[in-house]
Amino acid sequence: MAPKQRTARKVSQNPELIRGIGKYSRSKMYHKRGLWAIKAKKGGVLPRHDPKPKPQAPSQKPAKFYLADDVKKPFVNKHKPKPTKLRASITPRTVLILLAGRFKGKRVVFLKQLPSGLLLVTGPFKINGVPLRRVNQSYVIGTSTKVDVSGVNVDKFDDKYFAKEAKKKKKKEEGEFFESEKEEKKVLPQEKKDNQKMVDSALLKAIESVPDLKAYIGARFSLKQGMKPHELVF
Amino acid sequence: MPFKRFIEIGRVALINYGKEHGRLVVIVDVIDQNRALVDAPDMVRSQVNFKRLSLTDLKVDIKRVPKKKELIKAMEDADVKNKWEKSSWGRKLIVRKTRANLNDFDRFKLMLVKIKKAAVVRQELAKLKKTSA
Repeated sequence: MAPKQRTARKVSQNPELIRGIGKYSRSKMYHKRGLWAIKAKKGGVLPRHDPKPKPQAPSQKPAKFYLADDVKKPFVNKHKPKPTKLRASITPRTVLILLAGRFKGKRVVFLKQLPSGLLLVTGPFKINGVPLRRVNQSYVIGTSTKVDVSGVNVDKFDDKYFAKEAKKKKKKEEGEFFESEKEEKKVLPQEKKDNQKMVDSALLKAIESVPDLKAYIGARFSLKQGMKPHELVF
Repeated sequence: MPFKRFIEIGRVALINYGKEHGRLVVIVDVIDQNRALVDAPDMVRSQVNFKRLSLTDLKVDIKRVPKKKELIKAMEDADVKNKWEKSSWGRKLIVRKTRANLNDFDRFKLMLVKIKKAAVVRQELAKLKKTSA
């Protein structure tokens, strides 16, 4: 009979009664594991494997220079950063209220969280003038109003999409000081405008299906007399 | 100005302070000069200082310290829940609660409705002014 392929056991044959104490004694375990059978097969002795010869390490020459003080080796850091944990109130398709920046007070639709941790957000542009934009969750209030964004594909947007274009260094000459003002105006590339339209068209349909939602998103949020933010339910 | 609402067994009261704030309870016994034993269908029977109770007009017909089942039956016979929700005090509390739980979107919709209503009222007022002028 060819020797059976023995696979290593996953569960120990000696169940634990209490930590450190098994059910079966040494002699019982010897019998259970069949060591007597192995010994009988191999002629009275348990098979012994000689240690494999180690590969010859190349002979190292002694170092020419030793530092006087010990050099500290930095610890290995395998930590991979994750995108920030989002507040429970911020989920895709929520309406958010922006609290700072150019669009403070505007109500926007949250699309997805980018790998950097920032939130990808859009007005939609037609309704309130907020384009596809990144926003930090600290500067945002999450409301409990949700919009249906099933028709929107936001996979292609990531942080590189929003990176600033590298400025070409200009040599400062007297003549150019006056001319450079004309060149400074940045034109938004057509591709970004198309992306905005593509994302917004699906959203607009969903927004218009709910009464008053379009006006709600077009309006800015502000605190009025008697409103206490810590008592408001958003 | 005699008193009209008394601390008596069966008086329905509202707890106005503490952990049980806002709960409608029935006084089932009087412990001493300051405290009463109160009970409600969904609450463990407990003692409460009179100062924490606001008495209502409603009364329930029970004997001293009734069993929970008897209390529930007596409260249903007296129709406490419906009478309370229809009373002006009860309605005010319900309105306050709904207002506090309004969503941001709900508040916006409310604002639109208020504007519409005000516009209609102003139109009618303008008409009346015209006819009287």
